[in-house]
Amino acid sequence: MAKQINIFIENRPGRLESITGILSENNINIRAFTIQDRGDFGLIKLIVDKPQQAHLILADRGLACALKDVLAISIPDKPGNLHRLTKILSQQNVNIVDTYGFVLEPGSKGVCCLEIQTDDDRFSRLQDLLAEEGFEILEDQQLYEL
Amino acid sequence: MIWKEDVECLPICELKQLQGDRLAKLVKYVYSNCKVYKDRFDQLGIIPESIKQIDDIGRLPFTTKLDMRDHYPYGLFSAPRNALNEIHVSSGTTGNPTLVGYTKEDLALWSDVMARTICCAGGHPDDIIQIAYGYGLFTGGLGFHYGALEMGLTIIPTSSGQTRRQIKIMQDFQPRILCCTPSYALHMAEEIAALGLDPRKSSWEIGIFGAEPWSEPMRQEIESKLGIIATDVYGLSEIIGPGVAQECQYKDGLHIYSDVFYPEIIDPDTGKPVEEGQDGELVITTLTKKGIPLIRYRTRDIVSINHEKCRCGRTSPRISKIKGRTDDMIIIRGINVFPSQIEHVLLGIDGVEPHYQIVIDRGASHLDQIDILVEMSPEIFSDEIKQLESLQKKIKQEIMAVLSVSANVKLVEPNTIARSEGKAKRVIDKREI
Repeated sequence: MAKQINIFIENRPGRLESITGILSENNINIRAFTIQDRGDFGLIKLIVDKPQQAHLILADRGLACALKDVLAISIPDKPGNLHRLTKILSQQNVNIVDTYGFVLEPGSKGVCCLEIQTDDDRFSRLQDLLAEEGFEILEDQQLYEL
Repeated sequence: MIWKEDVECLPICELKQLQGDRLAKLVKYVYSNCKVYKDRFDQLGIIPESIKQIDDIGRLPFTTKLDMRDHYPYGLFSAPRNALNEIHVSSGTTGNPTLVGYTKEDLALWSDVMARTICCAGGHPDDIIQIAYGYGLFTGGLGFHYGALEMGLTIIPTSSGQTRRQIKIMQDFQPRILCCTPSYALHMAEEIAALGLDPRKSSWEIGIFGAEPWSEPMRQEIESKLGIIATDVYGLSEIIGPGVAQECQYKDGLHIYSDVFYPEIIDPDTGKPVEEGQDGELVITTLTKKGIPLIRYRTRDIVSINHEKCRCGRTSPRISKIKGRTDDMIIIRGINVFPSQIEHVLLGIDGVEPHYQIVIDRGASHLDQIDILVEMSPEIFSDEIKQLESLQKKIKQEIMAVLSVSANVKLVEPNTIARSEGKAKRVIDKREI
């Protein structure tokens, strides 16, 4: 599974800048990010090229953060493909906690990152189904080296 | 008018005589009815019969809020439970709440001092009074109720909250007297203006405001906005509730009913009396109470006292507005809150002590707002937003359950709460009071 860094952050000017600053100083490349906002605070979710290292550095700088497993699925950048994916999830009755996507190569390849609520059994069945449908679950290195 | 002119205007020497006689009787009463006091007197070698005049009071030990907590529920009472007609409970510093109880005589005393209070503020038996202090375990609402009943006023027991309804009732019934916290009075003025009405045309002419500290500028603001005379009332449940002291029309100090609540002003560190006019801690002895009479109760409120006879004719001494506290108690919308209570709530959540800060402010609504900033720590951090939200909600609910105060809980990043010498500054009070 791919790793994502979740960071607790207050919703006020300069907070995101302080995090990008730390990453930049340490030459860490951000592949994708999203922010889940809850008014006064939020969670920043980052996909970076060196997740373990980035997590240690951020924690060392006193930020409340965690490394979390996410399902990163490679999707062909063509109409209808996200729908094919969500249909599988829906048929398996899998709930999505959070998700975001990004295009890697326009017209060719996109990635969908998913945090889902499920048990181990259902998860392995889901993996099989995704493979049958031709979706590729990206492992750590595949994702970071894209 | 003066409700009890015979005692309120008693010549000083006669007043001292009365206080002395009552103190002598009180000491004997608690000695034979309350084991806690008996043991304490015995330990200090105080023979009740040796207390004969009011100046002997300095020989008696102090009573503190801690004593009330340690002997919860009935240990400090001098009357048996079945002699109590009413009890009131307020939240304590930590652990046990503070319990007070009234016998029939005590309720008569409360009615009497509250009638004196309403009169002192300028009330008349023909008046209509709107009581917008909370009714219930809080002593504010019922205290005013009993006093107004004693005086024979027409009572509108609106209790606190429901501002629009309060305003409608004021318009329909034209009460001349309004009783509530000063911040709520300002809030009502805003709401009246928001309805497109002129707050200066309200029927209220006299306000009896208390249960929270307030300043002279705040008084001027209330008076100019509502077009009323705003007077200050002082009390605490341990002594009786509201009705310990009240300003007269000259607003030059609060008349303390010293024939029943004997005041002393002491240096909180040495326990010795301070010079007349100097600031010190107010200590009160309830000279005539039966249920839970208290000897030299340390109120923790800092005031000064003036024993000169007032222009209004009353000889009862006048205390200043509350100038501060000797402990860290804060008053939020009339409710006493100790930072330790909030700490206790936070400790109870997942068993970790987070860094926190309490910020109190009066927003646009003029009502006290309390923000509790809780620092994220590795122990309480969750990488799921739902869990962070539920943590926030849980803290809010627990605080509501323990303190009966609605607080905004704000989760903040680690190391953002300033620490001075390793210990964080727990309370920031931005209110101008």
